[in-house]
Amino acid sequence: MSSMKMLVILLCLLAFTSLAAAKEATPMATDPEMEKTVNAIAAELRCLVCQNQTIADSHAPLAVDLKNQVRNMVESGQSQDEIVDYMVQRYGDFVRYRPPMKASTMLLWAGPFLLLLIGVVVLVVNLRKRAAMMKNDEDLSLEENERLQNLLAAEFSQQNAAQRDSSQQKAGVEKS
Amino acid sequence: MLRYIVPLLVFLVVAVFLGVGLDLNPREVPSPLIDKPAPVFNLPKLHALETSFSSKEMLGKVWLLNVWASWCVACRSEHPLLVQLSRANFVPIYGLNYKDEPNEAKSWLQQLGDPYVASLSDYEGKVGIDYGVYGVPETFVIDKQGVIRHKVIGPVTPAALDNCVLPLVEKLQQASAQAVVKRTEVEGCA
Repeated sequence: MSSMKMLVILLCLLAFTSLAAAKEATPMATDPEMEKTVNAIAAELRCLVCQNQTIADSHAPLAVDLKNQVRNMVESGQSQDEIVDYMVQRYGDFVRYRPPMKASTMLLWAGPFLLLLIGVVVLVVNLRKRAAMMKNDEDLSLEENERLQNLLAAEFSQQNAAQRDSSQQKAGVEKS
Repeated sequence: MLRYIVPLLVFLVVAVFLGVGLDLNPREVPSPLIDKPAPVFNLPKLHALETSFSSKEMLGKVWLLNVWASWCVACRSEHPLLVQLSRANFVPIYGLNYKDEPNEAKSWLQQLGDPYVASLSDYEGKVGIDYGVYGVPETFVIDKQGVIRHKVIGPVTPAALDNCVLPLVEKLQQASAQAVVKRTEVEGCA
């Protein structure tokens, strides 16, 4: 085989390797602006196979199908509300990452605020109770006050007497 | 006294909620399609791809639509039950062959038995989306008026079949064509 032929074959093979390495193109809307809309809507929809991912994030086959469906609907000019409604009709409210406000989801929406309210009420009640207790400590009756003064005075004079004694003793020690 | 009762009550409430939560299956998303008309479809029959089947043909009959695929592992586990049910000739079972290669699907049926009156090839999964299919297998109970009355998510178990699906089908079959029978009327479906 001539070296020329060899070169041609090699070149052909080379062409094939690049083909093999190329990935299958993922479908995309032709207009990048439109693709942005598609992604924004897909980010609002839950993938039901892997429940903590949106269909924008998920690579599950169903998520890919649903994203394609969203893309088709955007391309045919449907609004976000129409597309979300289409999904909710088929998969229920669960497909929405932001649950709608209605009677059956009231607890979900109001629950955290309700708990906060309960917490605040408990806190206020407890603080009031404590404040009342401390106030009671301060308010002594007249007699109690007198007794307190007497006790304190007695304690004070005792201490003074004791101090005087010890200092006299010290002085005595130093003299001798 | 109150200081002991309050924490106890809080604990009991939390315990009840958590206890109920243990019993719920987060993967079972209630279908909004129950008690709604089954989406109408036209699909090629798996064993005769050139002929198509319309779900309208089933009006006036109670039937089961079982979503399956040869790539679906859980379908294997429920399959013997479906084959057994089909032998009883109690209710027609149609298969929705979801996102599957027809040839692989056919050899799967050849190997494991074919319980379906017909399997319909939903190669692109569009009908699956219309039916809100998110996990295979799924089984729909459809009444004479073409309304979905029940949906089993995941493999049909013998218990689910005996306690819910079969009693419900029986009720639906006995009801007149215009009567509305909801699944709540069957104890085992709750």
